[in-house]
Amino acid sequence: MNTASTPRTRQARESVVIRFAGDSGDGMQVTGSRFTVETALAGNDLTTFPDFPAEIRAPAGTTYGVSAFQIQFGARDVMTPGDAVDVLVAMNPAALKVDLTDLRRGGTILVDTGAFTERNLTKAGFPANPLEDGSLAAYQLLTFDITRLTTEAVKPFGLSSREAHRCRNMWALGLMLWMYGRDRQATIDWLRRKFADRPELAQANVAAVNAGHAFGETAEMSEHLVGYTVPSAPAEPGRYRTVSGTEALAWGLIAGMRAAGLEKMIFAGYPITPASLLLHTLANLKPYGVVTFQAEDEIAAIGAAIGAAYSGALGVTSSSGPGMALKTEMLGLAIATELPLVVINSQRAGPSTGMPTKAEQSDLFQAVHGRNADAPLAVIAAATAVDCFAVAIEAVRIATTYMTPVIVLSDAYLAHAAEPWRLPEVTALPRFPVRFRTDPAGFHPFLRDPVTLARAWAVPGTPGLEHRIGGLEKDYDTGHISYDPDNHARMTRTRAAKIAGIANGIPPQRVALGDDHGAVAVVGWGSTYGAIHRAVSEARDDGGDVSHIHLRYLNPFPRNLGELLSRFARILVPEMNHGQLVQLLRAEYLVPAEGLSKVEGKPFKVSEIVQAIESTLRRG
Amino acid sequence: MTVTTITDAELTPKDYASDQEVRWCPGCGDYAILKAVQKALAELGAPRERTVFVSGIGCAARFPYYLSTYGFHTIHGRAPAIATGIKLANPALDVWVVTGDGDGLSIGGNHMLHVLRRNVDLQIILFNNEIYGLTKGQYSPTSRRGTHSPSTPQGSIEAPVSPCAFALGAGARFVARAVDTQQPAVVALLKRAHAHRGASFVEVFQNCVVFNDGVFDHFTSKDVAGDAQLHVEHGKPLLFGPNRERGLRLKPGTVALEVVPVGPGGVPPGDILVHDETNRALAQLLVALEPPAFPVALGVLYCNPATSYEADVSAQARAAGFSGEPADLGALLRREGTWTVAE
Repeated sequence: MNTASTPRTRQARESVVIRFAGDSGDGMQVTGSRFTVETALAGNDLTTFPDFPAEIRAPAGTTYGVSAFQIQFGARDVMTPGDAVDVLVAMNPAALKVDLTDLRRGGTILVDTGAFTERNLTKAGFPANPLEDGSLAAYQLLTFDITRLTTEAVKPFGLSSREAHRCRNMWALGLMLWMYGRDRQATIDWLRRKFADRPELAQANVAAVNAGHAFGETAEMSEHLVGYTVPSAPAEPGRYRTVSGTEALAWGLIAGMRAAGLEKMIFAGYPITPASLLLHTLANLKPYGVVTFQAEDEIAAIGAAIGAAYSGALGVTSSSGPGMALKTEMLGLAIATELPLVVINSQRAGPSTGMPTKAEQSDLFQAVHGRNADAPLAVIAAATAVDCFAVAIEAVRIATTYMTPVIVLSDAYLAHAAEPWRLPEVTALPRFPVRFRTDPAGFHPFLRDPVTLARAWAVPGTPGLEHRIGGLEKDYDTGHISYDPDNHARMTRTRAAKIAGIANGIPPQRVALGDDHGAVAVVGWGSTYGAIHRAVSEARDDGGDVSHIHLRYLNPFPRNLGELLSRFARILVPEMNHGQLVQLLRAEYLVPAEGLSKVEGKPFKVSEIVQAIESTLRRG
Repeated sequence: MTVTTITDAELTPKDYASDQEVRWCPGCGDYAILKAVQKALAELGAPRERTVFVSGIGCAARFPYYLSTYGFHTIHGRAPAIATGIKLANPALDVWVVTGDGDGLSIGGNHMLHVLRRNVDLQIILFNNEIYGLTKGQYSPTSRRGTHSPSTPQGSIEAPVSPCAFALGAGARFVARAVDTQQPAVVALLKRAHAHRGASFVEVFQNCVVFNDGVFDHFTSKDVAGDAQLHVEHGKPLLFGPNRERGLRLKPGTVALEVVPVGPGGVPPGDILVHDETNRALAQLLVALEPPAFPVALGVLYCNPATSYEADVSAQARAAGFSGEPADLGALLRREGTWTVAE
């Protein structure tokens, strides 16, 4: 076939999954992020999944140094990064080796032949060059010497060969933008801003993007190099942007602080993957009343947040599993002193150091029960990147309304994943202004609101309310230290009742998809939302009697949850852990819930949940 | 708005006492320190509503319950972290940290290091009794080698840490030392510490009558105090002895101190070092002095102020654009990369 004379018409696709993969120094996260922005601006719905190693710069060319960024985008509602990859961009042999497993048969591979050197092939463990030995026959192979093409494109700007080499990702981005008919302007503007101090780098990177794009426009060497159109997805009218879970959390915390009428947020953290991103994000938001404090350790971080809460600010700390373990004793202090506190846990695979950059949901038990003594607190979880905004506001509401620590469970996936967000009107956000105690008449620090059981928030600086609090048990009626046995029993019951009573102020549990009764309820929490929702939707399309229930409130549960679950014959609980929510549900409601575990450091695929649903339905 | 507070009237030490019964062992050095703190607060006219005492765990940590100010009895070793949060949230508060040798230098050693190097504007009083009292007498990080205790029946084999040397090493910019029973000296040091902007570190040698009674007698008992104590004063020669007949000078040819007689038969007064509390090298020499060869140095050993942490935090917030009026959240969300889906 003479492709040269074939008109280059674009083919239509409803949705596409692309994975950009390369060495951890190849800039794959940046490439994916820029492709995401241009795709969002083109009006597609999308979900992204950055997947990178813990090593900052693992030895170049090795399989454990591969960094990847996956995006699914489409003309319909996109809820997951996609089960199978349609297009794999592999910048070196190691990336091909690691990421080929998720490419669908018949999928497209774009490789930089310039990186397929003998040395790199050996490092990746290829006995022969896979581009030449026929082992990739099941795929459509696009092989270009991106290294050479990039070097030529940036030659006029006088970069070092190392700097020129680092523009390869922008060339690949340019080609992919062409392939899906995307604009380049936002990326060009972004490059000019990013390299404002190094105009030659800005020019070179822009030239690389343009060269990749022009290559697609003019190349005539392969029938596989086809342009596609992916029509925009139907969306509610409004102003949109893409948002990552981390950004949504940061902005949600500020919105929560405003909603509570507080002037200052003290956010105290200690560097830990993957939670540090929230510290970095908030460190740039000082004009909004945010003070960030990088403490000497995890304990000091939560300590400073508690001190801030004691003084009438919004106290927030954030960490991941191992850091959460260190904060445990301080959580007990916040519970005993009944101070408002927001604690965000970006969960990662464990135990111990585990797999720091990989997502897991295995800190649920730790959040709900992981403290010495009877030490209840509130636990809520975010389902999507966008949901992080509302969950952060809700965490502030619960913390300040009930004078309690609240643990927000996010995870390594949500921290990085991005999706389009229809921006809320700030004036329409909830309001729940706190009332500090100022009246000395009859005051003691453990005076309680009769409805919420919250104690009075009396902050230093208030004349006439000088008082002492601490970790020692306090007398219910005076707030003084007490070792009285009956009083301790009463205070223990009161602390439990206060947390249980949060259920009175939250909405009843709804069904996210399907009927409120039936054969199977798939019950999830956290970042599995998209995969479960799509799986249930597919199973229902096939006639399955199945519903999706997704929990935001994990302690306490919504009041109607037990009754709702009892209306289903079977309950399937997919979790990225060895079975934690499933045990909590069984313990709380004596229901025959069954678990579906995935502990591979990767999100569920839709197909994995569909299979489990089908198997559950078959058992009747 | 005018807030009328009790500070308008003259406050006495009693006004700083809470209604709680003090529960330390009879004869405990903590009583003397409590009295000194109440006296210092009264002399400072400290507004009770703006004064916060934060403590960790241990005998000393009960301190906040016995004061009529705001108080936070936190957890073991962590008072500096909580005090830092308090100060960040409200820099106008006057925050004191009360800790001990175990609380501040063992379980909380890390926090002590960092609160000092950050220079958070706090007064930190470390009660050093060289023993764990509340847990019934185990050796502490300041216990001397050979200390017999329930956990060291053959005597401790660990080298002790010197609190003031630790503080200087951590970068503290105010370091002072006193003996619990010398109330006027303690009150004076607390007032100096209070005047100092930034972290001020005050070690008080505190006698534990039950588990370590008399551990400081070799320099605190009346018969030896004159020879074994050096009370330093900025700008004054480093003289000691019952009749101030001995002094410290730099041993010629080395960087070490030596004790020399002064006056007739001794060295001329001009040879004696003059205390310069801004001199860190001198402070490091002074904190290391130990009987019997040297006296124990007491008073303000080092004072060299710099901007405090929370002041720098506020300055950075202003530089970043925080004006006191919170910035527009809606504008932040719409700052870049937005698109519109039309009706």
